[in-house]
Amino acid sequence: MTTGVHGPTRAAIDEKTLRPDRWWLPPLTTFVVFSAFVVYATVRAFMGSDYYASPYLSPFYSPCLGDCVEGASDFGQPFRAWPLSAALLILIFPLGFRMTCYYYRKAYYRAFWLSPPACAVAEPKTTYTGETRFPLLLQNVHRYFWYAAVLVGLVLSFDVVLAFRNEDHEWGHMGLGTLLMLVNVVLIWLYTLSCHSCRHTVGGRLRHFSKHPVRYKLWTWVSRLNQDHGRYAWYSLFSVALVDLYIFLIANGTIEDVRFF
Amino acid sequence: MGYQLKMRVWRGDQSGGDLGDYTVEVSEGEVVLDALHRVQATQAGDLAIRWNCKAGKCGSCSAEINGRPRLLCMTRLSDFDETETITVTPLRTFPVIRDLVTDVSFNYEKARELPSFAPPPRDADNKRRMAQVDVERGQEFRKCIECFLCQNVCHVVRDHEENKPAFAGPRFFLRYAELDMHPLDTHDRRELAQGAAGLGMCNITKCCTEVCPEGIKITDNAIIPMKERVVDRKYDPLVWLGNKIGLRTKDNDGRTEP
Ligand code: SF4
Ligand code: SF4
Ligand code: FES
Ligand code: FES
Repeated sequence: MTTGVHGPTRAAIDEKTLRPDRWWLPPLTTFVVFSAFVVYATVRAFMGSDYYASPYLSPFYSPCLGDCVEGASDFGQPFRAWPLSAALLILIFPLGFRMTCYYYRKAYYRAFWLSPPACAVAEPKTTYTGETRFPLLLQNVHRYFWYAAVLVGLVLSFDVVLAFRNEDHEWGHMGLGTLLMLVNVVLIWLYTLSCHSCRHTVGGRLRHFSKHPVRYKLWTWVSRLNQDHGRYAWYSLFSVALVDLYIFLIANGTIEDVRFF
Repeated sequence: MGYQLKMRVWRGDQSGGDLGDYTVEVSEGEVVLDALHRVQATQAGDLAIRWNCKAGKCGSCSAEINGRPRLLCMTRLSDFDETETITVTPLRTFPVIRDLVTDVSFNYEKARELPSFAPPPRDADNKRRMAQVDVERGQEFRKCIECFLCQNVCHVVRDHEENKPAFAGPRFFLRYAELDMHPLDTHDRRELAQGAAGLGMCNITKCCTEVCPEGIKITDNAIIPMKERVVDRKYDPLVWLGNKIGLRTKDNDGRTEP
């Protein structure tokens, strides 16, 4: 290679990096965990069954707009004729949201593209155009996925309210599933509200904070959340998979829901 | 108490070079620059090092220590094990001059390409006015000491020499952001940042933020907000439509020229 750190004018050093630490560990961890999630989510999304265990609806299938099992569709079934799993109708929104998220981009560009694998570690590819061309140019639509994500957040919050019922849909009950769904929805909201596009929309885009005191205040709140955006990205990824797994295991009869009252 | 520190230091110039081994007496509380100075004083009188303030404020002593871009004067020996060999090389993104000294003029060329602050005419009383919150917003960006560690670590130019003409780099995205957030600047920095400065090349992998000795959140507070501002102007059809039918002309908010 005669470009990059091995170019003719640069200090002649053979190694691609002289870092002695385990710089490969974070990208490897990201690679393994994301891959595992993608495999799990793909299997569950195509399965098209065991996503509803009254009163719990899996977040992968909410809102259930296709030909769903009884009790799962709280917003009707406008896509009844859809022959495949109902999850495939709606998963594009959370998927697109996370794929275009600034934090996830950093994570997968490093772990999957190795661009760069870690800081001051030479990347293997010899050409690079960043996000200037199709398809990566499309990352710029992130804010639209954010608008959709707010709707998804509202639907999932509604599901949590519905989870305060028992199997026969009587109100005032709670189980371990309710608790898991509640934690999940809190993490989803933290993730959604700490988004960089949210930060921009509420106030970041302004040139005069002084002329917009309310938006400035909102911006300072979102900015505080935004500092931990990456953490919320991970937590909410785990929580959403865990809730789905729990509901899957109840629905297929492997375990019994733990009822609190 | 003092101890013997093993070091490997890159010696050479553009015609070639190598890591040389040195063992030098150091004491607790010293920094890597102290150790190099002692090597220079006792064993290698011709070792070239650029430094100035020894206080992390002039940005001269940027180098790579154990493969990581850092300031020589702010890297404490106590961060390392006493038995560990410390490897010091020049910045690997810029042309080397000799030993630890590189030619960083790339950065000065990029600075010159950036149109400077262009305020509107003064108020009737010959003054210009800005509210305190608007002044505060840019303060983080003004902490930059121009050490160019961020420019050095950025893989867009570190790994791809051919990108240098089209890419200004994180230190200058910082400047674009500062000026675009400045209520009195009249340039449209969104246009400039995306076009001439190559903001779209950055893939927000955050290495610039990781190495900044001033702890400036370059990616979160400058690059990503600038990317979002570019989206406002270039890629957001709603904003575009609003501008066309005159609903959102306020969006330009003082920006009059490119
Ligand atoms: S975040 Fe962008 S500017 Fe900063 S080092 Fe990475 S690619 Fe370069
Ligand atoms: S932004 Fe930070 S790393 Fe970059 S030149 Fe300024 S002080 Fe150095
Ligand atoms: S969701 Fe991560 S930046 Fe928007
Ligand atoms: S000598 Fe000035 S920053 Fe290190």
